[in-house]
Amino acid sequence: MTHTSVVDDVAVIAKRWNNTRGSLIMALHDLQSRHGYVPRESAMKLAKYMDVPLARIYEVLTFYNYFKLKPPGKHVVSVCMGTACYLKGAPGIYHDITKHLGIKSGETTPNGEFHLQIVRCIGCCGLAPVVTINEQLLAKMNPHDAVEHICQIKEGAEK
Amino acid sequence: MIHHSLEPPERTVNMVNAIINGVPVQVEQGTTILDAGHKVHVKIPTLCKHPDLDATAACGICIVRIKNTPKMLRACCTPIEDGMDITTEDPEIIQVRRSVLELILSKHPNQCLTCGRNQNCELQTLAADFNLVWDGLDNIVPQLPTDTSTLSIKLDPKKCITCGRCIQVCQEIQNVWALSFLQRGIETRIAPAGDINLADSPCVRCGQCSAHCPTGAIVEYDETEAVWSKLLDPHAYCVAQIAPAVRVAIGEAFGFEPGTNLTGKIYAALRRMGFKAVFDTNFGADLTIVEEASEFVERFTKGKSVLPLITSCCPAWVDFMEKFHGDMIPHFSTCKSPHAMVGALAKTYYAQKMKLNPAKIFMVSIMPCTAKKFEICRSKEMQASGFQDVDVSLTTRELARMIKQSGIDFITVPDDQPDHILGAYTGAGTIFGATGGVMEAALRTAYNLITGSNPPRFEFEVVRGLQGVKEGEINIVGTKVRVAVAHGLGNVEYVINKVREAKDKGAEMPYHFIEVMACPGGCVGGGGQPYGVTDVLRKARAKGLYHEDGSGLWRCSHQNPYVQQLYADFLEKPLSHKSESLLHTGYTNRPAYQK
Ligand code: SF4
Ligand code: SF4
Ligand code: SF4
Ligand code: FES
Repeated sequence: MTHTSVVDDVAVIAKRWNNTRGSLIMALHDLQSRHGYVPRESAMKLAKYMDVPLARIYEVLTFYNYFKLKPPGKHVVSVCMGTACYLKGAPGIYHDITKHLGIKSGETTPNGEFHLQIVRCIGCCGLAPVVTINEQLLAKMNPHDAVEHICQIKEGAEK
Repeated sequence: MIHHSLEPPERTVNMVNAIINGVPVQVEQGTTILDAGHKVHVKIPTLCKHPDLDATAACGICIVRIKNTPKMLRACCTPIEDGMDITTEDPEIIQVRRSVLELILSKHPNQCLTCGRNQNCELQTLAADFNLVWDGLDNIVPQLPTDTSTLSIKLDPKKCITCGRCIQVCQEIQNVWALSFLQRGIETRIAPAGDINLADSPCVRCGQCSAHCPTGAIVEYDETEAVWSKLLDPHAYCVAQIAPAVRVAIGEAFGFEPGTNLTGKIYAALRRMGFKAVFDTNFGADLTIVEEASEFVERFTKGKSVLPLITSCCPAWVDFMEKFHGDMIPHFSTCKSPHAMVGALAKTYYAQKMKLNPAKIFMVSIMPCTAKKFEICRSKEMQASGFQDVDVSLTTRELARMIKQSGIDFITVPDDQPDHILGAYTGAGTIFGATGGVMEAALRTAYNLITGSNPPRFEFEVVRGLQGVKEGEINIVGTKVRVAVAHGLGNVEYVINKVREAKDKGAEMPYHFIEVMACPGGCVGGGGQPYGVTDVLRKARAKGLYHEDGSGLWRCSHQNPYVQQLYADFLEKPLSHKSESLLHTGYTNRPAYQK
C-alpha cells in the first residue's frame, strides 16, 4: 500500500460516515479494522475531514477500551472483567499474567509478541472466568493455567 | 456569560414562588435552586459548578431535598419550580456531602502544605468545612506525571477531581480544545488529545483553565525562585514593571475590596523587595497606542496595507491567530505588547540614560497573565535590545506570594512613585486592562491624529462592558470608523469570519479596527489573576481601572510627557526605523491541529 493510498483511505472512510449519526465511532471502527489500531496520523486526518476536534476523537478513543492506539502485539491476550468473570477470580488471573508478561492492560511486550487487555463482558458468562488469546477462547480459567497457555505460545514461537 | 448575539432576545418573565429552608423566595422561572438560594442568603456548597460555566452536575455535592419527593436533587442544575419546598441542610444531606468528599479524597494526594493552592483551594476548604479526617481513608493516588512543558502553566493531574471545568473553559469559552478527558470511570484524567505534552497541543497558554480549576491540578508555572535569586545577586540590577490589571486585583489576596487600586503600594512593595527601578506597563500601553494609532491612521487615511487592523497586545491571542487564523497575519498590528516594549526600552533607552550596562539589567514583568511567560521568548524579536528584553514574567498570584514572603505589611505600607522615565502614564494606558480598553485608548489618539484635536468626549461606551462581542461605529468628524471588540477566544470566530466573508466576496470590510483579548473580560480576568474570578469580580476590577482613568489629568496616550520625551530623545517619531526595530515584531503561520 503506498503512502497516498493510506491518505485516501481516511478520506474514503470520512466520506462514508460523514453526516451519519454516531458516525465518528463507526469511522474509527473502520480505521481500526484497517490498521489493527488507530494511528495518530489517521486520527488527525479524520478530525479534519469530519470537522471534529482531535480532542473529541481521543475522548472517544480512550473511553472505549476496544480501541487501540498502538500497533497490537502478535498475540492478543484478553482477560474478561465482566461481573461474572470478576467474581470468579478474573483479577487473580490478570494479576499473574501482568507479572508473567511484565505489562499492564493496554500495553504490548517490547518484543511485540503479546498485547494484554482487559475487556468487559464478552457474553459467555457460563464459562467464567474467561480468557481469550487471539481467537481462542479459554474457559473456566485459573491463574496458573492461563499463564501456562501463554508459555506454550512462547515455546511454539521459539521452536 | 459569553454571548454572540448583540441583542438579548425579547422574552416575557414568569416568576415562581418557592420556599428554601422555610424562607419564601420569588425568582424568575428557570432560576436554579442554587441561585435562588443566594437570594435568601443560603449557600449551597458546590464543587464542579463555576458561575462562568453551564452546570455539568458532575460532583453531586450540591444535593438538596424537596418535600414530598423521595430523591435528592442537584441544586446547581435543577430549575426551581413553583411551590417547591426545599431543604438544603439536614443530617442526611450533610452525610451525603461528606461521602462525596470522602470519595474524592480517597484518590487525592494529601499534599496541601506544598500545593500551589494551599489556603486557596475549593476542595481543601470543603474538606475543612465538613470536618473530614484522613484516618480510615484508603488513599490510592493515581501515578500521573506533571506537565510543565508550556512553561506557563503546570498540570498536575493527580490533583484533578474530574469536575471538567478546565475542559469546558478550554473547549467552549476559548475554543482551543487543548484539554480533554481521556479514559473513563476511575481512570478518567485530563490530558491533551492522546497524551502528548501540552506544549505540543494547540494550547495558547491563556491560563483560563488554571483560573477555573477548583484545586491545584492546574496552576501557573511558578518562577518566583528565579526572581528571588536575582534579587539576592549583588551584580544584578533588578527592575520591575506592573501591568494595568494587576493593580486592581492583587488586593483580593490581602483582603481588600475587589477593584481597589493599589498601584502605589505595589511600587512600594517592589522597592522594598530590592528592585532598583520600578516601571509601569501603563507607560508601555501609552507607547503602544501612539505606535498603533499611527499604524491605524496610516492604513486608514493613506490606504496603506490592509484594514481592518487587529490588535496584537495579547500573546495568547497572537498564539491563537498564528495557529488557527494565519490568513489574518497581514491585518495584525506589528506592535509588541506593552510590557515587551518597556523591556526593550529598559535595556536600551533607560540603560543609556542611567549609564548602566544592559547586560546586568534583569527585567521582571508582573502580569495578570500566564501567556506572557512564554511570550518573552517566543521569537528573536523579543531580544531587540541585544539581550532578552524581559527576563521573567510573573503572575499577579506569584507577586502576592512574594510580598507575603518578604515581610511587607502590604495593607499599611505607604504609597510610592514609579520611575517616571518608563513609569508615568495616562488614563488611556490604564484602561488597557479591561476589554475594549485598547480600542478606546486607540480611538482617543487616532481622533487626535486625524483631526488635530482631542475627542469632545473621552468615553467610548460602545466598546465597554462584558458582552462577548461589541460592535460600533465611531464618528470622527464625518469619517465613520467601524470597530469590533471580542474577548474570550470563543468569540473571535464571529468577528474573523465576517472579515473573511467580505474578503471572499470582495465586499467592503465590516470593520476598520478590531480588538481581541483572549481572556473573558480582558486582562482583569486574566489567567494569572487571583483565584475565584466571576463576572462580579471582572466588573469590579474594570471599574477600578475606569475610575482611575476618569479621575486623571491625562486621558490620551499622546499626552504622556514621558512618551513625548522618549520620542524627542531616542525614538524620533512613531514608526521610525528605531521604533520598528525595538517596538514591533512579526508573525509566522504555525498551524496546529484542532480539527
Ligand atoms: S489541590 Fe487542594 S486539597 Fe489538593 S493538595 Fe492542593 S490544596 Fe490540598
Ligand atoms: S484539572 Fe481542575 S478544573 Fe480540570 S477537571 Fe481536574 S479538578 Fe476540574
Ligand atoms: S492555557 Fe488556555 S489553551 Fe491552554 S489548556 Fe488552559 S485553557 Fe486551554
Ligand atoms: S456542584 Fe452541583 S453537581 Fe457539582
